[in-house]
Amino acid sequence: MVVVGAGHAGLATSRCLTERAIDHVVLERGDVANSWRRERWDSLRLLTPNWQSRLPGFRYDGADPDGYMSMGEVIDFVTRYANAAGAPVRTGTAVTSVQRVDDGYRVVTTDGEWRCRAVVIASGACNVASVPALRDAVPASIACVTALEYRNPSQLPDGGVLVVGASATGVQLADEIRRSGRHVTLSVGEHVRLPRTYRGRDVLWWMDASGVWNQRYDQVEDLTRARGLPSPQLVGTPGRTTLDLNALAAAGVEIVGRLSAIRDGRALFSGGLANQCALADLKMNRLLDTFDEWATREGVDAAPSERFEPTHLPDSRLWLTLTSGEFRTIVWATGFRPEYGWLHVPVVDAKGRLRHDGGVVTDAPGLYAIGLPVLRRRKSTFIHGAEDDARDIVSHLAGYLAGDAGEPRP
Amino acid sequence: MAVSSVNNGVNVQALLDARQALKDAPGATKFNWRASCKWKNGTYSETTIQKFHGLGQEQSHKKTFAFDADHPEIFAAEDRGVTPVEFLLVGLASCLTAGIAAVAQNRGIQLRSVEADVEGSMDIQGILGMDSDVRNGYDGMKVTFKIDADASREDILALVAQSQKRSAVYDAITNPTNVTVVVA
Repeated sequence: MVVVGAGHAGLATSRCLTERAIDHVVLERGDVANSWRRERWDSLRLLTPNWQSRLPGFRYDGADPDGYMSMGEVIDFVTRYANAAGAPVRTGTAVTSVQRVDDGYRVVTTDGEWRCRAVVIASGACNVASVPALRDAVPASIACVTALEYRNPSQLPDGGVLVVGASATGVQLADEIRRSGRHVTLSVGEHVRLPRTYRGRDVLWWMDASGVWNQRYDQVEDLTRARGLPSPQLVGTPGRTTLDLNALAAAGVEIVGRLSAIRDGRALFSGGLANQCALADLKMNRLLDTFDEWATREGVDAAPSERFEPTHLPDSRLWLTLTSGEFRTIVWATGFRPEYGWLHVPVVDAKGRLRHDGGVVTDAPGLYAIGLPVLRRRKSTFIHGAEDDARDIVSHLAGYLAGDAGEPRP
Repeated sequence: MAVSSVNNGVNVQALLDARQALKDAPGATKFNWRASCKWKNGTYSETTIQKFHGLGQEQSHKKTFAFDADHPEIFAAEDRGVTPVEFLLVGLASCLTAGIAAVAQNRGIQLRSVEADVEGSMDIQGILGMDSDVRNGYDGMKVTFKIDADASREDILALVAQSQKRSAVYDAITNPTNVTVVVA
């Protein structure tokens, strides 16, 4: 069988397949950890602390468990994992087509063809930058850079920068570009606010230990919404600093509402920013309540409970002129999506999303996915989230290969 | 999800059922709202509303509703109706209030009273053409809710926030909308 992609999720799957002695190959368009090598900005560090970096049979063993890996360290970590797991990776082998044939799949690559009974798609959740259609109305004098193209501030023209989107990506880029001395305006829609540390521990320790991250996809009330949520406003820095809108405003970043139109050379922003912030504050506090209740119930030894300042908003401007020369660049931090142009099996919906039930593509027996948002658990897209998902997927797959599965899950 | 003992007069189950049914009915979710305005005299006009389109067919209110619009006497008018900009306040307040009732029902929160005071501030230098830097429309609107309900303050704040998130009028006012005006 074939695994498409040798990132952490594909390699975790490979390891679980090897444990069950299932013959397979991992096809990789570039090198192991390709997206980490070639599709990330220079300063990016993981959002998760090092001690959380674990994959089946492998874990971080360095000297800084509370730190956050740089991209170089992630590449090294994933590459060491590929070697340790003995993953049968074929690098430089891009999959150009997957088709259903007889009782399996035909996988065409830039280096030959494979026939297999099952395929696991581990090609990533962030292949393409999602940019709203209103990009077409941006004046030609403005440089547009997506988060996939962005590397560092020196690549941008001098002058003001409008960063659109306030996920982890948007807040990190806004902060970094502001520190380079530019005027930065950050356009904020629905977002997820989190403190970096809570009651003396990394907030992602709480997500992990309290079980929130383990919540299964079939227990999530609104799964479509959960799968589309922006990443939390976090950054991995040695100082474990919080990078919420208050911190950005204090650093001199101008906060405005959601970009709702570009008209006559003007970018128009929603007047609903206050409510977006109120919602994010409420949801953060609800999550912290969940942590507190869990800590009390379990008798967890942690610093006293704390609550953070509400998001302070000065009156924000509702529009800015893109043709005056004040702004030279728009950075689109408006999300990513997977790319399935090579998947010639009718399992992608009108919005380009793979139809699956917890990673089992029920409309195409033998086809699986891993590494997508809330695939099987809230933690599915994080590195340590791959292990449980890979075990579940491979368990289902093994049953399918043995001939006792393949029908839709209940 | 809905708690049976709570009754705010909103049939949430019907709304949730409709959302489910509409998933498989492309086109049915497209609505078209209409009003017809007739000039009477001066700044006085009457607007009537009866028909609209939705769920794939023509629909009708149970009767024709009529609304008088005019300007107050300080604008040298006769004040035979409320000012058009005040209709925006009506729309915003009633939309958010309806949303609060629906969300409360869905969350099992019994409401006892909901009151909203809405205000919109405006500098009329804009409409009078005195200063081109001053916009015609509102420069800000504020809604103040007083809510008595079986819920914590935090839950009430969440109700009000969710109502804004799902409000058509709130969206129409806070975001730009393309407007086409033609002469038939």
